[in-house]
Amino acid sequence: MDATVEQLKKNRVFLCLECGKCTAVCPISRYNKSYSPRRLIAEGLFYGGDDLYSDQLLWSCLTCQLCSQRCPVDVKYSEYMRDVRAEAYNRGEWGKPTHGGALHHVMEMTASPTLKQKRTDWIEKGLKTKKKGDVLYFVGCLPYHQELFCKDFDFSPVSIAQDTVRILNHIGIEPVVMENECCCGHDLYWLGQLEKFDELGQQNIKDLKKTGAKTIITACPECAYTLKEVYAQRKIGDSGIEIKHISEVVAENIGKFKFTEQAQTISYQDPCRLGRYMGIYDQPRQALAAVPGVELHEMPRNRRGAICCGTTNWMNCGATSKRIQHGRLEEAKATGAETLVTACPKCQIHFRCSECGDESQKVGIQLTDFVNVIASALKG
Amino acid sequence: MATKTATLPKKKGKKKFVPSIVAFACNWCSYAGADTAGTNRVQYSPHFRVIRTMCSGRVTPGMVLKAFKLGADGVLVSGCHFGDCHYIFGNYKAVEQFDKTKGLVRTLGLEDGRIRLEWVSAAEGDRWGQVIDEFVDQITKLGPSPLNPQPKFEE
Repeated sequence: MDATVEQLKKNRVFLCLECGKCTAVCPISRYNKSYSPRRLIAEGLFYGGDDLYSDQLLWSCLTCQLCSQRCPVDVKYSEYMRDVRAEAYNRGEWGKPTHGGALHHVMEMTASPTLKQKRTDWIEKGLKTKKKGDVLYFVGCLPYHQELFCKDFDFSPVSIAQDTVRILNHIGIEPVVMENECCCGHDLYWLGQLEKFDELGQQNIKDLKKTGAKTIITACPECAYTLKEVYAQRKIGDSGIEIKHISEVVAENIGKFKFTEQAQTISYQDPCRLGRYMGIYDQPRQALAAVPGVELHEMPRNRRGAICCGTTNWMNCGATSKRIQHGRLEEAKATGAETLVTACPKCQIHFRCSECGDESQKVGIQLTDFVNVIASALKG
Repeated sequence: MATKTATLPKKKGKKKFVPSIVAFACNWCSYAGADTAGTNRVQYSPHFRVIRTMCSGRVTPGMVLKAFKLGADGVLVSGCHFGDCHYIFGNYKAVEQFDKTKGLVRTLGLEDGRIRLEWVSAAEGDRWGQVIDEFVDQITKLGPSPLNPQPKFEE
C-alpha cells in the first residue's frame, strides 16, 4: 500500500481533476475502448492497486506523454505508469513482449561485464572512426535491429549508423565507436525493471568515462534522452559528458555542409523522446530545410501534438498499434508527401511493420530516417 | 553407443568443464526421438535438458536468448526432417527463426558453435544420442559461456 501512495504523491496523481482529457487524446484509447488513462488513475487512487498491478493494459501505455501535455494539473502519467510497472514487475507481472522478448534479453545481457560483443561489423571502408577522442558516437541497438528486421522489412537499420558517421566525417569529426557498448537501458527503465537499468547505467558511465569523450552524439532519441536526463534523475552518476542528438549537431553546423539538389517532398514524424521529452522540434526541420530541393509538408498533428508510432519498449504490440500506425501513415500520405522522415530508428521499424503484408492494406508511402536524407544529399 | 564425455579418464589436477545445454525438441519428431533413445537404452551424455515445444518453428530467437541469459552454455534446436513436419512447413519457419538467432548470438559475441539446428525423427533414437554427444563435446571444447555465472566442473 505504501508503494502505491508514494507513486501517487511523486507523480502528482492526487491532483487529478478527472476531466478525462488524457483519455480524449490518448492514441490507444482512440482505437482500444477498454484502455483509459483516466480509469487507470482512478483505479490507483480509489481501489488501492491490487487489481491495477495485475491489469494487462498497464503495459500498453506508450509513455508518449501526449496526455501529460494536455493535463491541466500536470499529472505525470508516463512516470506514474513507470512506477506502477516497477511495482507490478516486483510482484511478478509482465506484459506481452514483442519478438518473443528477444530484444529485452539482449538489453539485459549487454550489462554483463564478461560479454565481448561483436557489434562493429557495420563500419565499412571509407568510414573514419577512432578508438579514443573527444566525440563519441553512441550507436544503440542498431546492430541487433539489423539481425532481427533487415530481412523482413527490406531495409538496413545499420545504414542509419553508417550515415551518421558519414555526416560526422563530412564536417570533419572522427567519432569514437565503442566496441563493447552496453544498452542505454531505456526500455527496461520504462518497463519498470529499475534494478537492471541502474546496473546498465553504471556500466555505461564507467565505459563512457574510459573513452575520454567530451561529447556524445547519438542518432537515437531514446538513447539521447536516457543518457542525458534519466541517468541524472536516477542519480546513477554524472559522466560530465555533453549529449547531443545528431539533428542538433547538423543544425549547429549547417554552414559546413555542402549539399546536392534533392527533389523530394517529405513529411516529418516527431519522435516522442526527441519532441515532447527533450523539446527538439526545430533542429531537424532546420536541417531538412537546408537541403536544396527538399520540400517539407507538415502533418496536421505535428510537434507537441504528434502521434506516437504505436509501440514503445517492444511491449504489447497488437491490432491497436497497427491501427495507430496505419492512421499516422495515412495522415502523412494525405499531405502529399512521398516520404515520411523520422528521427528515431524504432519509429521506422514500427511503420515498416505496419506496411508489411497485404498489398491492398498498404498506405504506400516511403519511409526513411533523418540521417539517411541528410547523408544522401551530401556532396562528395 | 559409447559416451565420449562421461567415460573419458579424469586428468589429475585439471577439472573438466561440464556444460549446461538446453535442447528444444519438437513434440512430433525430436522429442519422440529422445524417447526412442530412452526406450532403446542408448547410452549418451546427460549434460542437457530437453524442453518440449509443439514445433521447432515455435522456437523464437527470444527463447534461445533467454536460455543464454539464464546461463546455458549451448542451445540445440531440433525438429522434424523436411517434408516430415506435422505442420507441413514448421521446420522451414524454424530455419528462418534460427537465421535470426544466429545473427543475434554472433552480434552478442558468443561463438557460432554454441547454437545448433538439427533434424531428428521419432525413429532416430541413436541419432539423437549422437547429436547430443557431438554437441556436448563441441561445447566442452568452447568452454563456459561468458554469461554463465557459475560454470560446473567435474569433481
